Amino acid sequence: MEKNIILAGVGGQGILSIAFVIDHAAMDAGYEFKQAEVHGMAQRGGAVQSNLRYADGPIWSDLIPVGKVDLVLSVEPLEALRYLHYLRPEGWVVTSTTPFENIPDYPDHDALLDRLAAIDRAILVDTAHFARAAGNRRAQNMVMVGAAAPLLDFAEDRLLAFVAKLFERKGDKLIRVNQRAFALGRASGQFFRALTDGGVAKRDALRLVGKFTPDSLEADGAEALGADWARALAADPELLEAVLGETGSVAADRIPTGA
Amino acid sequence: MKKAILLGDEAVGLGAIHAGLSGVYGYPGTPSTEIFEFIDQRTRKSGDVHAFWSTNEKVAYEEALGMSWAGKRALVCMKHVGLNVAADAFVNSAITGTNGGLVLAVADDPGMHSSQNEQDSRFFAQFALIPCLEPGNQQECYDMMFEAFELSEELKVPVMVRLVTRIAHSRTAVTTREPRPQNELAPDKQIRKWTLIPVNARVQYKQLTEKQPELLRRAEDSPHNRLELRGTKGVIACGLAGNYLLENLEPEHDFSVLMLRQYPLPTRLLRQLVEHVDDLLVLEDGYPLVESTLRGLFGIDGVTIRGRMSEDLPRTGELNPDIVRSALGLPALPTAHGPATDLSNRPPALCQGCPHTDSFKALNDALSGYEDAQVFSDIGCYALAALPPLQAVHSCVAMGASIGMAAGAAHAGYRPAVAAIGDSTFAHGGITPLMSAVQQNVNLKVLVVDNSTVAMTGTQRSMSTGSTLDSIIRGTGISEEHVREIEPIPRNHEQNVNVLREELAYEGPSVIVARRACLEAVKKRPH
Repeated sequence: MEKNIILAGVGGQGILSIAFVIDHAAMDAGYEFKQAEVHGMAQRGGAVQSNLRYADGPIWSDLIPVGKVDLVLSVEPLEALRYLHYLRPEGWVVTSTTPFENIPDYPDHDALLDRLAAIDRAILVDTAHFARAAGNRRAQNMVMVGAAAPLLDFAEDRLLAFVAKLFERKGDKLIRVNQRAFALGRASGQFFRALTDGGVAKRDALRLVGKFTPDSLEADGAEALGADWARALAADPELLEAVLGETGSVAADRIPTGA
Repeated sequence: MKKAILLGDEAVGLGAIHAGLSGVYGYPGTPSTEIFEFIDQRTRKSGDVHAFWSTNEKVAYEEALGMSWAGKRALVCMKHVGLNVAADAFVNSAITGTNGGLVLAVADDPGMHSSQNEQDSRFFAQFALIPCLEPGNQQECYDMMFEAFELSEELKVPVMVRLVTRIAHSRTAVTTREPRPQNELAPDKQIRKWTLIPVNARVQYKQLTEKQPELLRRAEDSPHNRLELRGTKGVIACGLAGNYLLENLEPEHDFSVLMLRQYPLPTRLLRQLVEHVDDLLVLEDGYPLVESTLRGLFGIDGVTIRGRMSEDLPRTGELNPDIVRSALGLPALPTAHGPATDLSNRPPALCQGCPHTDSFKALNDALSGYEDAQVFSDIGCYALAALPPLQAVHSCVAMGASIGMAAGAAHAGYRPAVAAIGDSTFAHGGITPLMSAVQQNVNLKVLVVDNSTVAMTGTQRSMSTGSTLDSIIRGTGISEEHVREIEPIPRNHEQNVNVLREELAYEGPSVIVARRACLEAVKKRPH
């Protein structure tokens, strides 16, 4: 077993914190791992990436060869596109859709989302929305760890334990906020995937997940709920706009039975 | 057996501590900075390892040499270009020889992730006639430190441990060993050895040349230089390149392979390999040292040597597993997507609210009356002012070069001769050229951007900031009226431009200190 992940984002977005959690989970699970990163110039708001590999046997190169990347895990939508050509044919992209616009020629956001939606194996996450719901906008990186968790090889409680370890010096409140961010990320990612597996277009799935009350996604059945919603949407073509047209958030666990 | 998650740099640091280190010396420089920082943080509570950033790498090296003279183990760390600064003491320390183990950990930067060049420190080890160990993974970064110190104390020469960015800044679990105690104080009283007046230096140098067969024997017998002969296509993989090779080879491959991790070059092993193969690929991260040595001027009869000097590997830039795969003649792996060629670049930039933005905006305005004004700049975050939208600086060559170059341009008649330099870079290499310019009364303007820290490398302590910086500037003898201070914030823009304009109009040396703390530094240490 080997898993090769490119973590991507902008300097300052906390991708090394994501690496911390996964590195520790890998070691805890008895895997070998290597994780390469850039320093210096890269602290200055530029594009950053980290190569993270874990396996049940020896790992040679610190850098992941082109064609061996299993997962591009990005905290920023434009940055996700930068590493697509490393993905192996069945590889996945799990990315935030929250733009970090610190360059003058940042692409049109809508066009960017369309480009991401065109990727076959992709999970899109509105991290700003869920980080806010968790209690701190800076927890977007932990939302992404949660969203990627089903594609990793660790028990959820082990990942959560290392989220706690990451923030242990910052106090209990911040630990809880970040663990909640992880949980919301996981639920939203599973929900999104269940919707798209059930035939819902990715941009519609994104809008729908964003419409739900974050709490209502968190139930253990995010995957099953998502599948139910996909079926309901397939059965009633007007349902999507009807739900999106409602004022305020909608409870995810109450699927309307039709007009 | 304990395991620790460590960067290559940190593994070097922990290895040194466990090998009985008494002092670590250095100047911040990517990708070496974390070696010092790890040792500093790890030993701060016990306080039994001396750790204080030096003014520059030459000072760091000399301090380490002093500790070695006193009988204790010292580690000096720097990036590749830092060794250029320390070269005087470095070369001569091989000639004096050492006492307590002295290890120089140099981190090269192939591909220039954060540097002005990608020079290869192995050449320096060769030049100074000392051994070099080149770890291929983080475990070796740790283990080789024990050997490096032992080797230094046995042979009485400094020993280089050579890293590259991709091992320095890559993290994995490392198995650690039982620490060994520090050495006792035992100064070296062999006066002739340490006093390099010609009559002694000639003796010392001859002795160094006489040590070389022993250095060679150690490399030839070293467990770190592993030769396995199979088919007639050969590969030499130096240090980290070994990983890229193994990543691409099946266990049943037919290559004859030499994994090379200890220098001087192990002649006996190389001869065995060269006599066995007809095709030899040389993989090294950095300059083609091994390749060019093997080629010599005329090549080797019957062996096609391939590497950076032929078209088989790119002449410049770092190696990676894909480049090596291609050089081995293996087909590319399938991918889900092709490369996206139309993505907006996101280069590094000054942080929002950085004082340098305000300093250079003011400088741009002050210089707007002059046709084609060029600013000589230096190494630090402020070098990013070269990029749009500021485009305020026009040269960046070496630590402290801004002032010397501006002075030279002024000697040639160029006006206005303006240099921009940071507070820490000023201490590192800016004081001496300023002294020179003041004594000659050169028409030169120096903008010292004092953000109180060494920012680019992660906000380390600056040697000359605030009142210390002011005293040093005054100490050069420059006229007080032409030492000005401005606070680079937006609301001061007009008055800052006026100060700069006044000094630009003056026909002698001026220093303008633009003083405001780095935002990152304040975040880390709010006081």
